Amino acid sequence: MGLMNNHGVLERHSLLLTIGILVVVSIGGIIQMAPLMYMDNTIEKVDGMRPYTPLELKGRDIYIREGCYVCHSQMVRPLRDEVERYGHYSLAAESMYDHPFQWGSKRTGPDLARVGGKYSAEWQVDHLVDPRALVPESIMPPYAFLMDKKLKYEDIEDRLRTERMVGVPYTDEMIENAKGHILAQADPNDKGFDFYDSLMGLYEAEAGREGTVEARDWDGNPDEITEMDALVAYLQMTGTLVDFSTYQADDLSNRR
Amino acid sequence: MTEMIGSFRRGNNTSILGVGVLTAIFLFFALLMAAFAKDVAMEYQALTFLVLAGGFLIVTALWAGGLVDRNPFDESEYENTLVKFGVAASMFWGIAGLLVGVIIALQLTWPNVFYFPELGWTNFGRLRPLHTSAVIFAFGGNVLLATSFYVVQRTCRTRLAGGMWPWFVFWGYQIFIVLAATGYLMGVTQSKEYAEPEWYVDLWLTLVWVVYLLVFLGTLWKRKEPHIYVANWFYLSFIVTIAMLHIVNNLSIPVSLTGSKSVQVFAGVQDAMTQWWYGHNAVGFFLTTGFLAIMYYFIPKRVNRPVYSYRLSIVHFWSLIFIYIWAGPHHLHYTALPQWAQTLGMTFSIMLWMPSWGGMINGVMTLSGAWDKLRTDPVVRMMVVSLAFYGMATFEGPLMSVRAVNSLSHYTEWGIGHVHSGALGWVGYISFGALYCLVPWLYKKQGLYSKSLVEWHFWISTIGIIFYMISMWFAGIMEGLMWRAYNEYGFLEYSFVETVEAKHISYIIRMVGGLLYFSGAAIMAYNLIRTTLGHGEAKDLDPAANTTLANPEPRTALAPAE
Repeated sequence: MGLMNNHGVLERHSLLLTIGILVVVSIGGIIQMAPLMYMDNTIEKVDGMRPYTPLELKGRDIYIREGCYVCHSQMVRPLRDEVERYGHYSLAAESMYDHPFQWGSKRTGPDLARVGGKYSAEWQVDHLVDPRALVPESIMPPYAFLMDKKLKYEDIEDRLRTERMVGVPYTDEMIENAKGHILAQADPNDKGFDFYDSLMGLYEAEAGREGTVEARDWDGNPDEITEMDALVAYLQMTGTLVDFSTYQADDLSNRR
Repeated sequence: MTEMIGSFRRGNNTSILGVGVLTAIFLFFALLMAAFAKDVAMEYQALTFLVLAGGFLIVTALWAGGLVDRNPFDESEYENTLVKFGVAASMFWGIAGLLVGVIIALQLTWPNVFYFPELGWTNFGRLRPLHTSAVIFAFGGNVLLATSFYVVQRTCRTRLAGGMWPWFVFWGYQIFIVLAATGYLMGVTQSKEYAEPEWYVDLWLTLVWVVYLLVFLGTLWKRKEPHIYVANWFYLSFIVTIAMLHIVNNLSIPVSLTGSKSVQVFAGVQDAMTQWWYGHNAVGFFLTTGFLAIMYYFIPKRVNRPVYSYRLSIVHFWSLIFIYIWAGPHHLHYTALPQWAQTLGMTFSIMLWMPSWGGMINGVMTLSGAWDKLRTDPVVRMMVVSLAFYGMATFEGPLMSVRAVNSLSHYTEWGIGHVHSGALGWVGYISFGALYCLVPWLYKKQGLYSKSLVEWHFWISTIGIIFYMISMWFAGIMEGLMWRAYNEYGFLEYSFVETVEAKHISYIIRMVGGLLYFSGAAIMAYNLIRTTLGHGEAKDLDPAANTTLANPEPRTALAPAE
């Protein structure tokens, strides 16, 4: 075969071989990845998505730090049993502000894409502190130490600015008031009282509807804002943002 | 000091100066990062780097100072010392990574015993990336460094290029491993599987990797053979492609130049596609092409037969690397990834079956005329069984990539079983085979300390793999079926936690399997150490038979079949 006989050229020229390899391994990735970056119908048109509040974002950081994603997916597949077990199947739009995504690859524990509001915050805290106290057969690690760790958020403004650089629509006002917003969402009656209206106004305006930001003491310890506050605030928001009452699943632009 | 400067001035040692200057520059950066660290983790990471890279610089300087007039990079000799270091590092990280695997298997089996509420850093979520990175990048990576440095020299009949630079690659890579591992324990992670290290560790690895590519290419450039041997095509594609994957998948913006946290450039569906393009090709180009390079050198060498088919090598190589890169989306079936991408991923995954088996056939058939060695040489048997596992895993993979099958298998233990039949059976065994070959060759011994210990290793590990695979098949298919089971009234039959409870027995069997595999590796480490000491059957080789550049190894085994 002629082609085979010409292979000797590549075997004698290492640079040609290197370039050949680079070309051959680039094709598949370019064809699969590049269209997703500019095709409009990659992400569905939905109402209700907003950037995470600073407290939710810090909670998400703790979720990532503790490796929750190695056992919990956040991706409900459009299969009958999953929709019945977890709720509406996940949309691409729901993770559009997730840098990085948290879809996961393994369900050693259940899917968490729609865990928000499924249990009370008190249940979440008790379960995180001692999973087997509530679910005896559980094999989840205990996270009691989150109760004792004060949430660190000195650099939260820089954090939001970085998110904005990669496309999350945080406004100047959101960034300037980020510390206040953390106080407002974790301690709305005392330290964060002055920022409560600002938090609700800014984030609900971005969501386009009311009732998508919850502010309260999350971990049962109102004196301190702990990592447990942040994590539970994040979990309780998870999967609740999109307004499914206005979502047109059958619309051509939403079918992929 | 004057001696040191004197040795630097002699032209052949400029590489030592170059490595020293580059390391010093990064030490300076690390000093700044430690001084202005925004978080505790960053401070510890920078200090760790200062200690390790500083130690490397000091030891290098002392060593270089003691050289006087001796040229440490004598072109008439192969660089064997570095390969010896690579073998030792492989064995060390292999044992460590397998041990962490056993520990996390115990945690899932007996959570009340193996979790400590006050020691959050020992939780499964932090140890699991430690296990995967330790076995893939620390063990697998060191095996690839050691074997590629060994093979490229022999097949090019020249010393490794770059003098001190290959040493920079080796120690730079170890520093990467330590930074990544200690970072995971402190919770420093960007949560992308098999790409967890944060931005500054990614940058350091990029530097090390570029130097690795240059060392490898530099060695090819000064080769004394007209043709580049097939194993080197595979090593080259591994090095080049991993660089591409690593850079694109880790695109991120640090929140602060002195902080450990960064924000990924891509989000949601685009990030998922990028991650699994990376993730699947970490399997394809780190755990497959790199180890196929080992197959293409060590099997012909060990059985003293040429590669079965030169033409098949060419077809195997180009089709494998072209098709592999498309397979990523099969990790995202039924997700919010557009279906056209899922379908492409599935189609190419099924096509991938053919080049995979083509490669396996090329490896196994190399034994033509030497089949008796399967019985007489346990090292050969280990390598051939690795190909059997490779063939099995590369059949199972395309099967699981079919959307309908994937709807059952995805998110379950079946995936874990699949990965481990490839990792323990294929990557593990071909690596062990190469290490069993390398140690007597490098230390110029007649053989290994004990052949019967290799038999023990082989059988204990093989039973371990079978325990692991079967228990995970069982657990995975069972939980997949339980998740979708309906009762007679049309309700879901099982709560989630019932499926967790049902896997307990499988978890016990899996843990025993892992422990057996770990024990096999420990036996191997013992055998290799005794071999380097010249005990047992590892008697010194006749000095006249030493292989040097002046007395190259017989080439017959490496000539193409035609």
